[in-house]
Amino acid sequence: MSYHNPPTPPRKSATFDDHTLAEIRRAAATGIYDIRGGGTKRKVPHFDDLLFLGASISRYPLEGYREKCETSVVLGTRFARKPIELKIPITIAGMSFGALSGNAKEALGRGATLAGTSTTTGDGGMTDEERGHSQVLVYQYLPSRYGMNPRDLRRADAIEIVVGQGAKPGGGGMLLGQKISDRVAEMRTLPKGIDQRSACRHPDWTGPDDLEIKILELREITDWEKPIYVKVGGARPYYDTALAVKAGADVVVLDGVQGGTAATQDVFIEHVGMPTLACIRPAVQALQDLGLHRKVQLIISGGIRSGADVAKALALGADAVSIGTAALVAIGDNDPKWEEEYRALGTTAGAYDDWHEGRDPAGITTQDPELAARLDPVVAGRRLANYLKVMTLEAQTIARACGKNRLHNLEPEDLCALTMEAAAMAKVPLAGTDWYPGKGGF
Amino acid sequence: MPVFDLSATPLRALNSALHGLEQGTNDTRFEVVNPRGHHAVAVGIDSPVSVEVHGSVGYYCAGMNDGATVTVHGSAGPGVAENMMSGTVIVEGDASQYAGATGRGGLLVIKGNAASRCGISMKGIDIVVHGSIGHMSAFMGQSGHLVVCGDAGEALGDSLYEAKLFVRGSVKSLGADCIEKPMKPKHLEKLARLLEKAGVTGVQPEEFRRYGSARKLYNFHIDNADAY
Repeated sequence: MSYHNPPTPPRKSATFDDHTLAEIRRAAATGIYDIRGGGTKRKVPHFDDLLFLGASISRYPLEGYREKCETSVVLGTRFARKPIELKIPITIAGMSFGALSGNAKEALGRGATLAGTSTTTGDGGMTDEERGHSQVLVYQYLPSRYGMNPRDLRRADAIEIVVGQGAKPGGGGMLLGQKISDRVAEMRTLPKGIDQRSACRHPDWTGPDDLEIKILELREITDWEKPIYVKVGGARPYYDTALAVKAGADVVVLDGVQGGTAATQDVFIEHVGMPTLACIRPAVQALQDLGLHRKVQLIISGGIRSGADVAKALALGADAVSIGTAALVAIGDNDPKWEEEYRALGTTAGAYDDWHEGRDPAGITTQDPELAARLDPVVAGRRLANYLKVMTLEAQTIARACGKNRLHNLEPEDLCALTMEAAAMAKVPLAGTDWYPGKGGF
Repeated sequence: MPVFDLSATPLRALNSALHGLEQGTNDTRFEVVNPRGHHAVAVGIDSPVSVEVHGSVGYYCAGMNDGATVTVHGSAGPGVAENMMSGTVIVEGDASQYAGATGRGGLLVIKGNAASRCGISMKGIDIVVHGSIGHMSAFMGQSGHLVVCGDAGEALGDSLYEAKLFVRGSVKSLGADCIEKPMKPKHLEKLARLLEKAGVTGVQPEEFRRYGSARKLYNFHIDNADAY
């Protein structure tokens, strides 16, 4: 009797998985790296790896619908004559007109204003619509200086000097020619249709000593009224925070690797930067070492999605958080109602990231007038406000459960970690223990 | 004429006074003495006043100037007239790096030499340097004119967009996508006007060579990757 070996099913390589193989073929066919928008898609340790402990015999909770839980925050209390007062500790991150349509920028302004928070310009300058619809507007001071002028500096409510962002610490940007409409070209003083490079470093200062002088100049130009933020990508959060503070920042904005971008090389998005979770404690430690925690405010961004994320960031020591990708989703980005059109573009709702190509079915990451008209800025603004309010309610729910009458009273002691990695990064005990890696010499 | 002695008066008082000018004010001429390398001297002016600075200044003198005439009777540190919108800034001595960086309009005149990255990312400003300039000048220059009566350092006009560069002396090397271009009558006319406005004498426009963008890097193509 002969023995017949049963066939084994085909086995694919874990190293050369389908995505990797497709990327190799794509690179071979096109000769160019993949450029896309958004943040990292890889799984990294995140706020999901933390849990709140809630109340117990030694901690009593607050009544959900009766007892107040304060959510407001003041940013820029260190030097600015006119600090910013926000009703909620959730701000809208910088995203440019150019990368986004005018309607999308207007929607962000409307939504933020309804919710009592700030929105932020981006690379490309400030539009009148954006200023008009944003009660509190932060004006980004970027390496490219596209659209930068003293009039807009003075009509801003705060200035954010962008040193880097989480999606690409150390990298500049590229707005591809197909998104350069007449108006975008004029605002950036560049010919229509060319690829517009955004520089990776500032043209007139290098290093923290120069930054101190640059901040002095901006304060003098704006008569010391405006809070000055310094935004850095998650790279060396302890030292970057300390150096930003040394240079005179009122607020430090720290953007982890999950933070999005309008367009950058995929290899940059996926392989450079630190997870947001790993950035917070070193930054807070730097502020504490300098005796300036809560005096220089810390804004955390990169992958903030829910009130739970907000509460966890604040518990770890942040003063506020900032959202970009989530805000775009709230106003309609990647909405399944456009599935047919996403498929025509070779993708699917939830995965669309070719924001640089300007063909966004949702009318958000485009300069095509017909596509842009699909987004009603009033309706979209309302959706963003709703989302911000839900996040705030969620954060309050958690804070009350932890016995806090103010979101900012949340603390690391309220948390435990589900994984060793999260315990090490957040410096909170592994669930069921009183230990985290690095504590006690291990 | 208001006089600000920066050895005794805070910088804030000077800039505050320059920002608070009412339309039609009689105070249209200001004098600054003992600047002693102060940074951010006379920044953010948005009135057509004149400011005479007697001595050398530090970083960002006349930064974001919009309409004023600022004259530095000395040398200037990094970033003089950075992001100027309009007006005139004159440096009687030398200027450090990043002179006129990202400037959008107006005229910057440097009667001595300028260091590296002169006119970096310029966006409409006109810069006239009586002497020579350092390396990487006009890097990513978008618009405006850079006129150099002396020599230019390495990598002039690297990654240039539409800024126009005129150099009378030698150019150590050209940066990526920067090439020499023919001097046409319209360029000679523009150059003559700029030289006159900048007080350059004894020099003819025909003595200059013109440089501009080859425009080969305007849209990314993999075959140009070696240029980066």
